Amino acid sequence: MTETTSAPTQTESVDEFAARARAWLADNMPRIDPANPPEADRGEEAPWLRARELQKKLYDGGFAGICFPREYGGLGLPIAYQKAFDNASRGYELPMILNTPTFTICAATILDTGSEEQKRRHISGALRGDEVLVQLLSEPSGGSDLAGVITRADRVGDKWVINGAKTWSTSAFAADYGLMLARTDWDVPKHEGLTMFLVPINSPGITLRRIKQVNGSVEFCEEFFDNLELGDDAVVGGVNEGWHVASRQLYHERRAVGGGSEFASGIGAEGKTDMPIDYVDLLEKSGQADSERARGLAGRALVHRAVREQLIDHVYHGVLDGSLPPAAGSIIRVMHAEIHHLEFDTALAITGSSGVVDVDGDLIRYGERYLSRQTAALGGGTTEIAKNIIGERVLGFPREYAADRGVPFNQVKRNKS
Amino acid sequence: MTDDANPERLLFASTTQSFLEKEASLSRLRELHAAGIPFEPDWWRRAAELGWTSLLVPEALGGGSVSGDGVADLALVAELIGKTVAPGPLHPVSTVLAGLVDAPENHEATIESLVSGEVVASWAVYEPGKPWAPLHPTVTATSTETGFRIDGVKDRVEAGAESAVFLVTAQADGAVRQFLVPADAPGTRVEPQRSIDMVKSYARIHFDGVEVDTSAAVGSAEQTPALIARQSQIAQVLQCAEVVGILDTVLDFTIQWGLDRHSFGRPLASYQALKHKYADLKIWFEACRATTNAAVAAVAARSPGADMAVSVAKSYVGEHGPGMLQDCVQLHGGIGVTWEHDLHLFLRRVTLYRSMFGTPEDHNLRVYDLTKELESAS
Repeated sequence: MTETTSAPTQTESVDEFAARARAWLADNMPRIDPANPPEADRGEEAPWLRARELQKKLYDGGFAGICFPREYGGLGLPIAYQKAFDNASRGYELPMILNTPTFTICAATILDTGSEEQKRRHISGALRGDEVLVQLLSEPSGGSDLAGVITRADRVGDKWVINGAKTWSTSAFAADYGLMLARTDWDVPKHEGLTMFLVPINSPGITLRRIKQVNGSVEFCEEFFDNLELGDDAVVGGVNEGWHVASRQLYHERRAVGGGSEFASGIGAEGKTDMPIDYVDLLEKSGQADSERARGLAGRALVHRAVREQLIDHVYHGVLDGSLPPAAGSIIRVMHAEIHHLEFDTALAITGSSGVVDVDGDLIRYGERYLSRQTAALGGGTTEIAKNIIGERVLGFPREYAADRGVPFNQVKRNKS
Repeated sequence: MTDDANPERLLFASTTQSFLEKEASLSRLRELHAAGIPFEPDWWRRAAELGWTSLLVPEALGGGSVSGDGVADLALVAELIGKTVAPGPLHPVSTVLAGLVDAPENHEATIESLVSGEVVASWAVYEPGKPWAPLHPTVTATSTETGFRIDGVKDRVEAGAESAVFLVTAQADGAVRQFLVPADAPGTRVEPQRSIDMVKSYARIHFDGVEVDTSAAVGSAEQTPALIARQSQIAQVLQCAEVVGILDTVLDFTIQWGLDRHSFGRPLASYQALKHKYADLKIWFEACRATTNAAVAAVAARSPGADMAVSVAKSYVGEHGPGMLQDCVQLHGGIGVTWEHDLHLFLRRVTLYRSMFGTPEDHNLRVYDLTKELESAS
């Protein structure tokens, strides 16, 4: 930390903190037009280098990790200070792509379950802009049944030897470490034989491949492990206690997706492609500014978009005051997908043929976006899993039948190969 | 909507709730329906004594609210009314009061009689054959030597046959104005209109050369659009709040049904297809509550975004409410479509409110227009 800025004291009020943040931001951070943010394609290298650089500035200025404990490089302040900083930072370029998963999921989980050494090293590393963290959870053999992973970690001498494959890891190519769930005991039921490891992505024994999605994005990666060797210091939580760690990740992920994490810093779009659809502009470009039918469709999408924001706030406070259980985060998760679908469907309807043939005005991008519509209902756990969670853990309905409950994992039926 | 930290409001809520449970139960609703009575005037006077009619009225005009936030308190009453789809003219009386308290000159006595519950008033705003368009009346108010002469027809006037006075929107000298017209003024004729609700009654009102004094005008011509906006907001948030109360109750007993009812040796709630349907209902319910709370807060604060917040809520709650009730009918099976089961009592009210004071389709257009105005203003 540089000497130019004094560290905040416990006695500094939220308003004083916000005033200091505004002054510091004005002197140190690049300004942007919030309606037209710079491109931040998570599939490219450059935005990640830029994000690390911006994060370093935040850290040096004393505004990184506002809600992370001081001993791990944060400021140890309540969420009100983070919200005040978010408001003050509107209109400045911030390292938004580091929020999820690095801070809101990975660093938050390491804080909950990591060793003292892991917390000191990786949380402060991330806050300094030196480390990008990712999750290595899903596998090619199955997505929703996370506890059924078959990547194996075998004990050989004083090392762990990893073999298997992971997929759908966001931007792993740009990351330094990944939280990787592997099976360490095959003779016990599935949840009891898992261990979480913190894996250096650039290790020998890891082959990384980009996944190209329907919309051309290459932000997601697939990793193959061939006799990757790790020491005991890579274990997060205890050996065979990996499900507890993974559950914390899922918990933090649900909160992060809904916009309810105190570990995220900054508000607004990550980049141009993340900007909300401007329906007024879309109606004008498609020559339908006077069409009542088109205005009605657009109005409905705007209504649902507004309700989504109101619901996030309502659920966040409901969980906080206990009127809703923590699993209610899944309500936001399903709503997120519903709104996403409605918006893409609406844009497809409004653009009509100019959304599918490139005539002019770049309206074909709405047709292209539509092609990957389902990502919102798949990422971070499917809509179907989220509805199971709402049924079982919010409404208290009986759990789904599971053929593998209580069965040693090596006796559980798996995919026909 | 409920501020649990405020003990006075909790007391108000529990008094209102026990009054409703005792005096406005679902079986009472069925009795009133069978007798063809929309509500009993004495019952309404007792409801007014509990404070329901004073919430929007400043203390100087004889009103007052328990929490200091009258709109929120009123929305709470509406939500509790939803739990038993109680009868009564809460919506028309509150809507008229919302206009009068913002332009009370010459109307102090009317306000007092409405607060006491002695008198019922209703907003005569809809016109035959026309959709929701409160700023475009065709009823005319022609200047006379002593005031105005009102001519034209209004319809869909809630509690029209039970009202002693109407707040009538009309064209007067090229501007929209509002007038208080007594129901017994010569030239006024009331024809009842039935609704799909068990007890809510409506009426068509003919005004044939009805003479009123200058003092019958409510507010100035300049003031009138803002009064109409405020009255619309109150009417619409009350609908949303009542629907939230209805959905809360119906979801509760439908969830219980899912746990209690067994088929093939399993509770209905254990079937994934039904579990997912229930999850949808829970999501939409919380969203209805969230958007209603936001609208109530915006109206209470007289926020510049109140029009937008109310139209968002009215559209969303109107779009989802009736479908959610139908899903609950489906989850109940055949019993759900019988007269004997209470589901239809709730379905009726929710369907009525979907379509009154602007359909979701109307409000979607409104939200688009407001968004466009905001964009061109920035």
